[in-house]
Amino acid sequence: MSTAVPTRGSTGSLLRRVIQRATTPLLPTDYLDLFDPLRSGAALRGRIVGIEPETRDAVTVTIRPGRGWAGHVPGQYVRVGVDVDGVRQWRAYSVTSRTDRTDGCLTITVKAIPDGVVSNHLVRHARVGAVIQLDQAMGEFVLPQARPARALFVTAGSGITPVMGMLRNAIDDPDELADVVVLHSAPTAADVIFGAELRALAADGRLTLVERHTDVEGMLAVDELADLVPDFAERRTWVCGPTGMLDALEAHWDSHGIADRITTERFRTTVVVAGDGGTVTFASSGTTVEADGATPILDAAEAAGVLMPSGCRMGICYGCVLPMREGAVRDLRTGEITTATPHESDSGGVLIQTCISAAAGVCDIDH
Amino acid sequence: MTVLQNKSDSPIAHLTPEDIESLGVELDAIRQSIVDSRGADDAAYIRKVIDAQRKLELGSRAVLLASLFPPAWFLGTAGLSIAKIIENMEIGHNVLHGQWDWMRDPKIHSTTWEWDHASPAEQWKHSHNELHHTYTNVVGKDNDLGYGIMRVDEDQRWVPFFLAQPLWNFLNACFFEYGIAAYDLELGRNLPSKKRRANPGFRANVKQTLKKIRQQVTKDYLVHPLLSGPSALTTLTANATANLVRNLWTHSVIMCGHFPEGVQTFERRSIDGETRGEWYLRQMLGSANISGGKAMHFMTGNLSHQVEHHLFPDLPSNRYAEIAVRVQELFEKYGLTYTTGSMPRQVLSAWRKVIRLSLPNGFIANHDRAAA
Repeated sequence: MSTAVPTRGSTGSLLRRVIQRATTPLLPTDYLDLFDPLRSGAALRGRIVGIEPETRDAVTVTIRPGRGWAGHVPGQYVRVGVDVDGVRQWRAYSVTSRTDRTDGCLTITVKAIPDGVVSNHLVRHARVGAVIQLDQAMGEFVLPQARPARALFVTAGSGITPVMGMLRNAIDDPDELADVVVLHSAPTAADVIFGAELRALAADGRLTLVERHTDVEGMLAVDELADLVPDFAERRTWVCGPTGMLDALEAHWDSHGIADRITTERFRTTVVVAGDGGTVTFASSGTTVEADGATPILDAAEAAGVLMPSGCRMGICYGCVLPMREGAVRDLRTGEITTATPHESDSGGVLIQTCISAAAGVCDIDH
Repeated sequence: MTVLQNKSDSPIAHLTPEDIESLGVELDAIRQSIVDSRGADDAAYIRKVIDAQRKLELGSRAVLLASLFPPAWFLGTAGLSIAKIIENMEIGHNVLHGQWDWMRDPKIHSTTWEWDHASPAEQWKHSHNELHHTYTNVVGKDNDLGYGIMRVDEDQRWVPFFLAQPLWNFLNACFFEYGIAAYDLELGRNLPSKKRRANPGFRANVKQTLKKIRQQVTKDYLVHPLLSGPSALTTLTANATANLVRNLWTHSVIMCGHFPEGVQTFERRSIDGETRGEWYLRQMLGSANISGGKAMHFMTGNLSHQVEHHLFPDLPSNRYAEIAVRVQELFEKYGLTYTTGSMPRQVLSAWRKVIRLSLPNGFIANHDRAAA
């Protein structure tokens, strides 16, 4: 919500201005949102219209997006904002649906990860009918315009989801992807997300599926690749899975001098680990401050000459709130840790009270 | 009333510094338990209130399109008055305190919210959240004490100007939102000084406030009346009435918070090096509650739980009722007086003080319960 800003000049602008003057200090959209949160012109939201189990700990969530949804390219992800225990949390999930769905819905497929606030909520507690926040689809993990003659997808766990998004859209057309190998790791056969669909495609001869059941066979090692997929070096390769796997495969491709043939998808660019103190960067002023774990960021920044907004300096007035784009801080009153990562926070960052927050790691503050 | 430090029978004489610190620890524990249990129910509560308030306002304004018809005028005016009170009290005041910031919803956040009030949210947050809530009832620091136009404490020097303060208080009640806007601009301090008047920061604030007031006035006294066509004049009187009702109501609620007899004030020196426990204690002694049912608490924006609000200004308002039970136990345990009373009683008490202190000390006997 913000104060109405009259727009001038365009057709219908007089009417719009009158309506804005009638609703100030709210915007007309604040009232329209009461009745139709998915209408065109509204902030992008979606309504959950279906939740189907995939495995024991994964579900596919069908979302009817608001009219502002611009569609997606197979392989892209969408950031969703879900209220868990009353707190808005943002996460990125790959879009797994076809682009030509007639009902205009999209699907994301979510696997519950241990201690995953949003994934556990979506898998176990989300309800059909709930309204969630959406961003437009993003990401470069997509098929190139010129389709590769031979493709290899190396995935693990929920890493299959962007790949499934690509396969569903391209596999029916022989001109699109003619020769596809999917090398997928999951703890057991039952844990393979889209297992039945992948096996059916393999049985139809439309792709070669290599399943790796890690509970029995152990984790995939890079030196096994040459045996499992002998022509891997000639294939255009996409990889999605845990960071360790991505790092190992990138290094392997690099050592073969074919780094240009591999594309990786990293959802968690950085894992924020809360420590004690850290380097705090203020983007706008370009100042970097070393702050210890017992000093409020406000004090540390002021000592370094950053002009900070401030107020009561005891955590009650909220006059010192600034957005943290990335990092971790500790509430000096309660010890509670607040973290922000670009993928998992509101696009503006997580707002923190600098007067009672100490750095608990490297922090990037938008100020 | 006179500042606590000058009282012969101080209500905190029986407390040792250790007592005060352990009181602080107990209050911190209450705060923590609420923070730990904030969740989906609280979020649903504020969203429901915002949703209902906006629909009530829309509905009332729709009814007022036919305000030429007297029953529509009464119904619409009553609805709009209630909607405006809820918007300022249970929603605006509390959102601007950051009570709902934990939800991380940019639409319901202290940094983005703007309210139906003459004073821009940004300026109000500074004077209210920073100054009043930090320096609660410290004479000379907390301008809420008499708003700079009234004498509300025996220790404030009497000058003949204060003879008329019952009138100032009544006028302030009628135009309360404008009084607040003037107060947030610190007009009393800034206007008389040429140097202060010329300060670019002050000028920018004045400009911002005038723009806000212009938008507010245009909405209530121009756009909506014009939209009502033949009912233009009656819609204008309806909107003016709703604003007046809200001004009188909020003024009364605010008076009950810090002016009734029994509320303590503090010396400027007394807060030097104040500990967390001492700060809590000052909030406990410097605030007064209003007793009543759920509807009363809701319509006052839960400022009827003024003591609890001052102890924990950023905890969600819907939790103050349960906090009050635990806070009252602490008052009892530490032998302190929990000042509370019905709204008529507290309003009367506050008005009595305004009238008594309009005269020099001793002209009218002080019925302060604490001193009796």
